[in-house]
Amino acid sequence: MSSRIVPLLGFLLLVVLLMFGLNIADQKTNLPSPLINKPAPAFDLQVLAKPGERMSKESLLGKPYLVNFWGSWCVTCRAEHPVVTQLAKLDAVYIVGLNFRDETEDAVAWLQKWGDPYDVSLSDFDGRVSIDFGVYAAPETFLVDPAGTIVFKHLGQLTWEIVENEILPRVAKMDANSSNKGTGS
Amino acid sequence: MKPANFIVLVLTMTLSIAALAQRAPVQEPMIFENPQQEERFKQLTSELRCTVCQNQNLADSDAQLAHDLRAQVHEMLLAGKSDDEIKQFMVDRYGDFVLYRPPVQENTLLLWLAPIVLLLIGVIILRVNIKKRAALLASAPNDESGDGTS
Repeated sequence: MSSRIVPLLGFLLLVVLLMFGLNIADQKTNLPSPLINKPAPAFDLQVLAKPGERMSKESLLGKPYLVNFWGSWCVTCRAEHPVVTQLAKLDAVYIVGLNFRDETEDAVAWLQKWGDPYDVSLSDFDGRVSIDFGVYAAPETFLVDPAGTIVFKHLGQLTWEIVENEILPRVAKMDANSSNKGTGS
Repeated sequence: MKPANFIVLVLTMTLSIAALAQRAPVQEPMIFENPQQEERFKQLTSELRCTVCQNQNLADSDAQLAHDLRAQVHEMLLAGKSDDEIKQFMVDRYGDFVLYRPPVQENTLLLWLAPIVLLLIGVIILRVNIKKRAALLASAPNDESGDGTS
């Protein structure tokens, strides 16, 4: 009797493993970032289309901000754009648009065509900063706290659910923390 | 066809398929200070995963990111960084996932031990079966040859 059940069990085990594997394959874009709760990489970048004007990580310290990696070559960034625009309208968090591996003219034209939701746009021509952030797809979005630590990362298209459930609550918490600084944490 | 010939034929066929599948990586010309450096470059880029096209390594991938990361590896090699430093650089940014050869640590223990455990289970099953057979053969009436070639 067991001689019949054992192969069947083995087969079922294989089926379960296969389903599990397929599931994982679906989620392969959700790789955990080793950068969560680590200091954001240092950067010092030119402001898009403004040679001579630069912005560094240091100059952004003291307030929470969102770094949104995008490129005019990136179709998903276009799809995500309305969500970023909607978030910008709330004026809840400072949004840095990090245009990477892009041509300045293309990026400027893109922002003119679809609207510019960013508080500042920075240019990462050769993608160095994007490598430091471990970006491997676009768009990718990082939330950085006032101390310069990455607290949240989203890979791929930003949706309003993510903004509402992940980003805004974290920003609200940081704002609450900074308003009663005296008590410490 | 003789079995040996058949095996040779199958082997030749699979080898040629493998050769076809092995598309030559598109490599930008890179200058190295010495052959050892070039060897290390080849070794490193074959061990690092291209995170965009996750089933390819950096050496084989034609993606823009792979191109950039190859340039990064090349630059770090020329700057005199060790293999471990370069791998750590990638792990710091992209996580353990970039390593094709995962490190032995708590969350990969199962991965590393599973083959040994499976092998042990196989050996146990084999032994049980052999014993069963031996018992069966011993209890069965002996035929003349008994060498079990049937």
